[in-house]
Amino acid sequence: MPVLEAFRLALLTIRAQKLKSGFSLIGVFIGVASLIGAWSIVNGVNRYMTVKFAQTLYGVNTFQLRRRPMFAANVPDSVWRAWRRRPRIKFGDAEAVTAAISGPVVTAWASDENVSVFYGNKEARDIQLTAASERYFDIKNLRIAAGRAFTAQENRSGVPVAVLGEAVAKRLFSDRNPLNHSVRIGGIGYRVIGVVEHQGSLLDFPLDRFVVVPAQSPAQSLVNPPGVLDALLVKAPSEEAMRDAIQEAEGVMRGRRHLRPTQDNNFVLETSEGVQRFWAGINRILMVVLPGVVIVSLVIGGVVIMNIMLMSVTERTREIGLRKSLGARRRDVLRQFLAESAAIASVGAGFGILAGVGLTVLINAVSPLPAKLSPASVVLGVLMGTGVGVVAGVYPASRAARLDPIAALRQE
Amino acid sequence: MTLPAPQPFRTGDAPLPEIIILTHKLTREYDMGGEVVRALQGVSLQIKHNEYVAVMGPSGSGKSTLMNLIGCLDTPTSGEYWLNSQQVSELDDDALARIRNKEIGFVFQTFNLLPRATALHNVELPLIYAGLGARERRDRAAQALERVGLGDRMAHRPNELSGGQRQRVAIARALVNRPSILLADEPTGNLDSTTSGEIMGVFRTLHGEGQTIVMVTHEHDIAAHAARVVTLRDGVIATDQRRAA
Ligand SMILES: Nc1ncnc2c1ncn2[C@@H]1O[C@H](COP(=O)(O)OP(=O)(O)OP(=O)(O)O)[C@@H](O)[C@H]1O
Ligand SMILES: [Mg+2]
Repeated sequence: MPVLEAFRLALLTIRAQKLKSGFSLIGVFIGVASLIGAWSIVNGVNRYMTVKFAQTLYGVNTFQLRRRPMFAANVPDSVWRAWRRRPRIKFGDAEAVTAAISGPVVTAWASDENVSVFYGNKEARDIQLTAASERYFDIKNLRIAAGRAFTAQENRSGVPVAVLGEAVAKRLFSDRNPLNHSVRIGGIGYRVIGVVEHQGSLLDFPLDRFVVVPAQSPAQSLVNPPGVLDALLVKAPSEEAMRDAIQEAEGVMRGRRHLRPTQDNNFVLETSEGVQRFWAGINRILMVVLPGVVIVSLVIGGVVIMNIMLMSVTERTREIGLRKSLGARRRDVLRQFLAESAAIASVGAGFGILAGVGLTVLINAVSPLPAKLSPASVVLGVLMGTGVGVVAGVYPASRAARLDPIAALRQE
Repeated sequence: MTLPAPQPFRTGDAPLPEIIILTHKLTREYDMGGEVVRALQGVSLQIKHNEYVAVMGPSGSGKSTLMNLIGCLDTPTSGEYWLNSQQVSELDDDALARIRNKEIGFVFQTFNLLPRATALHNVELPLIYAGLGARERRDRAAQALERVGLGDRMAHRPNELSGGQRQRVAIARALVNRPSILLADEPTGNLDSTTSGEIMGVFRTLHGEGQTIVMVTHEHDIAAHAARVVTLRDGVIATDQRRAA
């Protein structure tokens, strides 16, 4: 009997036994749906991390000199405490590193603090205040939508001017033009000279709730002790130039910190790779959990299918006997039952794919997680689903194939 | 009248071409957990092309056992079985399946139709295993159904057919591969006398067209349709009589 014929027969049988088949679909259905859904999340977040996250938080070919890593997963308490004991990054450090880098790089200082920003009687809470130098906007790819950024001159002299994130401007000024109005931060007035383009959000984290002021403006006292900054941002023209700059920066910092060759750095030179490593850590956990879930449900699915098929063989003993008496060979019967269980599993996998795709759409719609369907997961889902069906069908099918036609026919 | 003594057959010979079925000292024993049931104890039988044979005998005498052996559904414990000059007692499983498919048409007392399939699909089954394409299968199955007078019932399922109609579907299925023998184990056992008469009519027509038929029955008026009656008793042939034409 040709394979196609066996499949047609299998689909007829499945249709005739909807309830039982539906039951046996469930395991494979869940397995494939969870495979595709979870894969979509990993895939989507992965893209997000590598493309948007890394570029938004760091920029391409950019590194940061910091006291400790900005992102770290599973850090033990002892390490955390050691990080907190490290010396802070001083203005002098930033200047020395900037001076020591030989390549054509762009640098900026940046220190952050969460503050409230006021205009008249309006308040914007929970705003990220960044005290930064003028090239910060270039490095972070922040384009000015209205007005302008501050100048090097304004930064050096600590003029109290502010560039607002879009959400802050909206919150405080509604539809009015904020330019040249004065907002208050920490009791001091800052003249609004610019508004940054809409940035959207990262995962669930809004990217427009910020204010940037000159590093040496009065806001310095809000973000850090005198003479201290959070990070020196360095953007190089190429990855190679960035590596060179990192080496030079490391040399300078180790010298300034008087570190002996055996001592570890007590600062970090963090690139977007660091963030990606952080994500990779999470990814690894997902990659252990996810296949676990998928495998467990596929195994359960396989066991269910096998039992259903065994029941089916028992119930249809007479049919098998008849088919054999009419000339079905062992391999015909084998193929029929294998096709049937593969078809059941394929139908389950098909519904699983629909559900997985639906899940992906749903996750995108209602959760901050960026899910993106991966074609590979669909292919794998089909292969695994059908494979489970075939494997689960082998034993019942070979039982059916070995049935003695007379004994089978005689059965009531 | 009693048949002339069958042509002597010795192991190693091949039967004459006009002999379709030849069994030689065929035995079949069932091992029932230590106790051996001797269902057949040496049956030697020759059936020629286009013979119409009825097999009779008391219950348990081995009629079905013999039919199953002739139909290649079962293999003998000892002895020889030649079908169309081919010794089937030596064939493997797949070859037997092929013979069941091509050479044998089996009709059962209980019809044995697939309940969910239409009459047409039921008749198509042997053709599927013969490897025919869908269109040829349909054509030939339809022809076979017309031959047994069910041309207008092709799309019916078994539960939409009468007992006699079901048995005619089964006959169409048995005939669809143009087998060299039609075997029927109590084909009228589940039918009333009128319907039995119809089925016997179909058999008579088939026999007239050259079909070789071997049929088991308990009823003398059914056996009366056959030209030759073989009686089994305790696993051996008790009588073998040919009716004068
Ligand atoms: N599978 C089997 N296992 C054990 N014994 C069997 C088996 N099949 C048949 N027999 C025995 O073989 C003997 C012959 O059985 P068979 O079915 O051939 O009789 P029969 O002539 O067809 O009887 P009936 O007219 O009742 O159908 C009986 O004693 C029966 O019990
Ligand atoms: Mg019997």
